[in-house]
Amino acid sequence: MQNKTITKLVLKDGSVYEGKSFGAEVSISGEVVFATGMTGYPEAFTDPSFRGQILVLTFPLIGNYGVPKKENWESKQIQIAGLVVCNYIDTPSHHESMQTLSEWLKEQNVPALEIKDTRGITEKLRDKGSMLGKILIDKKLIPFIDPNTRNLVAEVSTKEIYEEGKGKHAVIVIDCGTKYNVARRLMARGLKVVTVPWDTDVTKLTFPFSGVVISNGPGDPKKVQATIQNVKKILAKKIPVLGICLGNQILALASGGTTYKLKFGHRSQNQPCVVSGTNQCYLTTQNHGFAVKKIPAGFKEWFYNANDNTNEGIIHKTLPIMSVQFHPESSPGPLDTDWIFDYFLEKAGISPKLKNFLADKTGPVPAGENFQSSAKSKYNNYEK
Amino acid sequence: MKNKFKKIIVLGSGALKIGEAGEFDYSGSQAIKALKEEKIKVILVNPNIATYQTSKTLADEVYFLPVNAYFVEKIIKKEKPDGIMLSFGGQTALNCGLDLDKKGILKKYNVQVLGSPVASIELTEDRQMFAEHLKKIGIPIPPSGAAVNLEEAKVIAKKIGYPLMVRAAFALGGQKSGVVYNDIELKEIVEGALAISNQVLIEKYLHHFKEVEYEVVRDKFDNTVTVCNMENLDPLGIHTGDSIVVAPSQTLNNNEYHGLREASIKIVKSLGIVGECNVQYALNPKPKNGEPDYFVIEVNARLSRSSALASKATGYPLAYVAAKLALGKSLLEIQNKITKVTQSFFEPALDYVVVKMPRWDLIKFKGAEEKIGSAMKSVGEVMAIGRSFEEALQKAVRMQSGILESVTDSDFIDKAEQKKYVDTPTPRRLFAVAGALLDGQSVESLHDTTGIDNWFLSRIESIVKAEKEFIKNKKLDKEIFTELKQLGFSDKKIGQLCGKTEFEIRKIRKNFKVLPSVFAIDTLAGEVPAKTNYLYMTYHGGHHDVAPLGQNAIAVLGSGPYHIGSSVEFDWSSVYANLALKKHGKKSIIVNCNPETVSTDYDMSDRLYFENISFETVSDIYEFEKAGGLIISVGGQRPNNLAKKLSKEGFKILGTKAEDIDRAEDRNKFSALLDKLNILQPKWQSFVNIKDAEKFVDEEGFPVLVRPSYVLSGSAMRICYNKNELYDFVTKASILSPEYPVTISKFMENAKELEFDAVAQKGEVMIYGISEHVENAGVHSGDATIVYPTQRVYASTEFQLREISKKISHELKITGPFNIQFLVKDNRPFVIEVNVRASRTLPFLSKAMDTNFPEIAVDAFLGKAKKHEYVYPKSVLVKSSQFSFSRLLGADPVLRVEMSSTGEVACFGKDYDEALLKSILSANKFDFNKKAVLFSLGGTVNKAKFLEAAQTISSLGYKIYATDSTAEFFKNNGVEAQTVSKASEQSPNTLDVIDGKKVAFVVNLSETKNSESKKADNINTDGFRIRRATVDNQIPLFTDLHLARAFVKALAHYNIEDLEIKSYREYID
Ligand SMILES: Nc1ncnc2c1ncn2[C@@H]1O[C@H](COP(=O)(O)OP(=O)(O)O)[C@@H](O)[C@H]1O
Ligand SMILES: Nc1ncnc2c1ncn2[C@@H]1O[C@H](COP(=O)(O)OP(=O)(O)O)[C@@H](O)[C@H]1O
Ligand SMILES: [Mg+2]
Ligand SMILES: [Mg+2]
Repeated sequence: MQNKTITKLVLKDGSVYEGKSFGAEVSISGEVVFATGMTGYPEAFTDPSFRGQILVLTFPLIGNYGVPKKENWESKQIQIAGLVVCNYIDTPSHHESMQTLSEWLKEQNVPALEIKDTRGITEKLRDKGSMLGKILIDKKLIPFIDPNTRNLVAEVSTKEIYEEGKGKHAVIVIDCGTKYNVARRLMARGLKVVTVPWDTDVTKLTFPFSGVVISNGPGDPKKVQATIQNVKKILAKKIPVLGICLGNQILALASGGTTYKLKFGHRSQNQPCVVSGTNQCYLTTQNHGFAVKKIPAGFKEWFYNANDNTNEGIIHKTLPIMSVQFHPESSPGPLDTDWIFDYFLEKAGISPKLKNFLADKTGPVPAGENFQSSAKSKYNNYEK
Repeated sequence: MKNKFKKIIVLGSGALKIGEAGEFDYSGSQAIKALKEEKIKVILVNPNIATYQTSKTLADEVYFLPVNAYFVEKIIKKEKPDGIMLSFGGQTALNCGLDLDKKGILKKYNVQVLGSPVASIELTEDRQMFAEHLKKIGIPIPPSGAAVNLEEAKVIAKKIGYPLMVRAAFALGGQKSGVVYNDIELKEIVEGALAISNQVLIEKYLHHFKEVEYEVVRDKFDNTVTVCNMENLDPLGIHTGDSIVVAPSQTLNNNEYHGLREASIKIVKSLGIVGECNVQYALNPKPKNGEPDYFVIEVNARLSRSSALASKATGYPLAYVAAKLALGKSLLEIQNKITKVTQSFFEPALDYVVVKMPRWDLIKFKGAEEKIGSAMKSVGEVMAIGRSFEEALQKAVRMQSGILESVTDSDFIDKAEQKKYVDTPTPRRLFAVAGALLDGQSVESLHDTTGIDNWFLSRIESIVKAEKEFIKNKKLDKEIFTELKQLGFSDKKIGQLCGKTEFEIRKIRKNFKVLPSVFAIDTLAGEVPAKTNYLYMTYHGGHHDVAPLGQNAIAVLGSGPYHIGSSVEFDWSSVYANLALKKHGKKSIIVNCNPETVSTDYDMSDRLYFENISFETVSDIYEFEKAGGLIISVGGQRPNNLAKKLSKEGFKILGTKAEDIDRAEDRNKFSALLDKLNILQPKWQSFVNIKDAEKFVDEEGFPVLVRPSYVLSGSAMRICYNKNELYDFVTKASILSPEYPVTISKFMENAKELEFDAVAQKGEVMIYGISEHVENAGVHSGDATIVYPTQRVYASTEFQLREISKKISHELKITGPFNIQFLVKDNRPFVIEVNVRASRTLPFLSKAMDTNFPEIAVDAFLGKAKKHEYVYPKSVLVKSSQFSFSRLLGADPVLRVEMSSTGEVACFGKDYDEALLKSILSANKFDFNKKAVLFSLGGTVNKAKFLEAAQTISSLGYKIYATDSTAEFFKNNGVEAQTVSKASEQSPNTLDVIDGKKVAFVVNLSETKNSESKKADNINTDGFRIRRATVDNQIPLFTDLHLARAFVKALAHYNIEDLEIKSYREYID
């Protein structure tokens, strides 16, 4: 933690926070967002949904267990544009650690600052909403650039089709910036997984497959028109579909729903999601700035958020077509909703064989008596 | 959701003891509040008089009666509740509940168990059944087996192989558990465990695994969350209660964190828990393959010490929520009390680190072993909050001791001693480790010996390095200053390092504008705006979450960690002082650092600072809040000791002036004052060299009482009967407390001791109460059995006490609470000390007199107190002390001038005998059906004085076993007694009688002289072995003549059926 040059984070509203650099010595600009998860920073940093964002972690000690081998990442590289933490720990201790966080960030050319008052920044972002910002390492002046004007999905998506795992059933993953764990969870069920670029017209694929997963990904869903158009074709063919996060928004838009930007997104590992019409609640990992507003015709609300009542998933009234706003693949975060994959595959007519270290996940089994879900909380997260 | 319950009975945990302390006052109180919100009538059974939960204002009816099947059945029969809650009163309540269920009492009166079903509780309590259950659901547990006798144990040992971990089933705090490496050790531990339990669990000892814990809540709709996870700094093998614990875990990656979380949820669902449950894990730090390699250590299907900690650490009101869930509510129906915007189905996100550090008092126990292990020994704990581990750890060190400033403060005689303390786990290990790092020993090598994770060692190293750096050039610029503060260094410590006073450092710091930020704990790391009053201070910030409350706010300083001499009674006083402020339209700020308290609950004060009771912290808070005043006299000695410094700094202390407090605390000034008012006091003298001491005893003669001043709970006090003892002790005592001169006073033998508690306003007494010790002076007031109203005191004596107290309170211009301790000999009262603060007796007296001293004290602070007329009580209240000797290997269970009790109970009765009997039953396991006793009376005086009691006992049909000379004496005086040979002689001897659990209680009176003088080689005396065996077998033990006689007298008058079942209300209205 020695040679730290004084550097700063500048926000669009003019506020400036001085900090010590422990990452790459480059100035960058991006959308500043905060995340409140207490573990799983390597997973978070490599999550393509964070593309173009300067991530402020509210947990004050980061670096504790270093950086694991590439196989455990969620994509091939660090995706965040920059990092801000309260205290960087340069003495990692863990059997899986291959290098320190600082070494990793430098290697991947990502700047990172140690700024004491991360809580202050968080409170500002929560009150004013996510805003643009830049990390300035030297005197160099760079403009504020809104990453959401770029086609982030195109940036992070795979360029060519690739196939993993073995099994008689194949599932297509439309890669809008997918986390590796989506494929891992599918393969854990003995499936073949074919990952295709974001703008692939799946209906034109020449090999047989049993279902399509529209992955998570960064930015504004309205930016991925190509995918939306392709999904319309998939729906027309009544092919089983599971949308995740951005996939939830894409499915909604493709079938006539609407989306909007949250005042400040959900970026945490403790988002409570209720199965609509039941008292079943699950803790989920989330990482999104947009959400579904109007639920498309033929669909119904599947999940809603117990804190701010925003939509957390939609499901078709008759067909095996569904999507969730949260991350059933977790990583980082709670494993509560891994059953979503089983549920989808079962509805898709593929009965999966799950093999992992904590077998039988608790599904949406309506345990206990059913009752009208409690009065939803007053707190509201719509753009003012 | 409307609920079907009208009346619910809640079981408390009884007296505070090692392994079961104040945390259950917190959980019980929250549960009661949760039930009252639902308009349910609440019946509480808890003899712990000093708790907040037993106040008139909380439950509808409170029964100060033993928490056992016999009494609870009687109460159920009388109250006819439709539900019972077992999980808010620790192991005591749980065991009682299981017993009630087994005996079919709950079914008989159809009382429904709320919360987790009895079946699943039993499952978690029976080690073997539980092991099988976990195997079934595919959760790994250490290779183990259960045995009911030594033979079985040996077989299992052979199968698994040493080292092994041996534990007693159904026992709390890891009682009688230990690690064994061979057959001999196995025999020893197994026999010990079987003495208190009918089953032992034997399992593989998981050397240097990480110990991790999860707090889980589940509603009956199967919704489950883990509110908090915690990681022990100490490796597995050191009881969580004795470990430094950090929340959230620091060295677990996402896989491990969520793998264990998932396992916890799976376990809790499989058990059908409804409410709270905690799961303890052993996690392999270096697993073979990548996957988490872990084992489940145990599951507690109830609120526990850890859940109290988790609740305070995260701001999630666990006990409150658990109570609601027990009523059948869903986690989605219960709003998050802290944020008011999120639900209770939720896992708090922390943006800070919490460090819990245990507080031990092993020095207070003659002969107690210092080593810590799988059996808990600590008597309290503190919780520190910071934004770096270093900051939190150093805070914790200061909170815990009240004396040490930093992990780098160590007083090891030499490197050899330091090494010894690195190698063996004791309360001093942390400091030995820091010392070793200071000497340049590597993190790696320390990890190998201690098993402490490199991460924690590296943090300690960064503290050590910073200190080294600073000492080099002692340069204090703003940057270095900030860095030191961020690493948790106190002003005082920084001063010590560069030769300045803490006042000077404080000035410099304020000039540099290096000030702490006031941050809120909101359970979601600032993600949504939350109105919370739960605060801490950190140097890793740049803004404040709250604005100052200003002049109308009064800060109440709490008690700090519970320890011998300062316990829940002081939290009780703090809480009521705080509540009283509201009545006067004031805003209250509580400062305390003890997670086991009610005062630190989210809904007690307008603002809660989870911070240290130290000059620096209190000053920072006071100045930030721009508060209107400070109350330092309700939290016990720790806040009281700050009087001088705080007033010197110009802060407004409500009540008695600091200099007047000092005139009472400083022995020289105080005795001058007594002489001036010509009030009697035992002859005394303060001295710095042994010559003066010898001169004193030449004039006054032995015995003498030697002690340093300014200490609570008689720590380092000793009665000396001859010159060698005097010499031997003084040298030690002066080491214990160098700042202050040692005083020596004439020890008055066979004197009666009385307590005078009062509240005065501008020197005028507004209310007072006098209580009487059953034991003679020489048994510390904290250990003594106390009765109100007085039973054997002349009106004329009480008159004198009042007059003397008036004079003193006048002279000291006392405003607020105070306590005077009197010795009375031949109807002449001597004053031994005045405490110008709330005393230990306040809750006891307040409840006995149906008034509230702390409230009246606050009235007095604000000049609004009224004179209270003295009303003679309708009933008698007797307080008995709870001892935890059975937890402390090697400790000598004998009453002395030094306090050693860990808690207390008190029961009302129609007369002295009935109250005394109930009270003793509440603190001891007494079996009325066992009609046999063991007497071992040292010295002719004791024998003679106890003869009548012996006659009574045998007339009651008790068989008397007696040690030879005692039996001899009885026979000569016509009392039937069976002689048993000394413990040291071959069996059948006293130990056989005790270990065979043949007797209902044991009386062992030793000639004071011997028990005191034989200190060193006490271990070998027969007396010691009798006492030790008695407590080890959980048989009531009496070592005081007067108490033993009183007990026998009570037994003669009352049988268990005669004891009336009346609620608090029935006794006072
Ligand atoms: N198999 C084991 N190997 C090593 N240490 C153990 C083992 N099992 C328990 N311990 C230690 O003993 C302590 C007490 O055990 P526990 O089952 O939690 O008893 P208690 O009911 O007193 O909490 C634990 O905190 C842990 O440190
Ligand atoms: N001069 C004395 N003669 C006999 N007993 C004494 C004398 N002084 C103190 N004691 C006994 O020692 C106990 C502790 O003394 P005290 O001054 O109250 O210490 P503390 O400050 O710990 O309360 C008293 O409760 C009393 O029983
Ligand atoms: Mg335990
Ligand atoms: Mg005293």
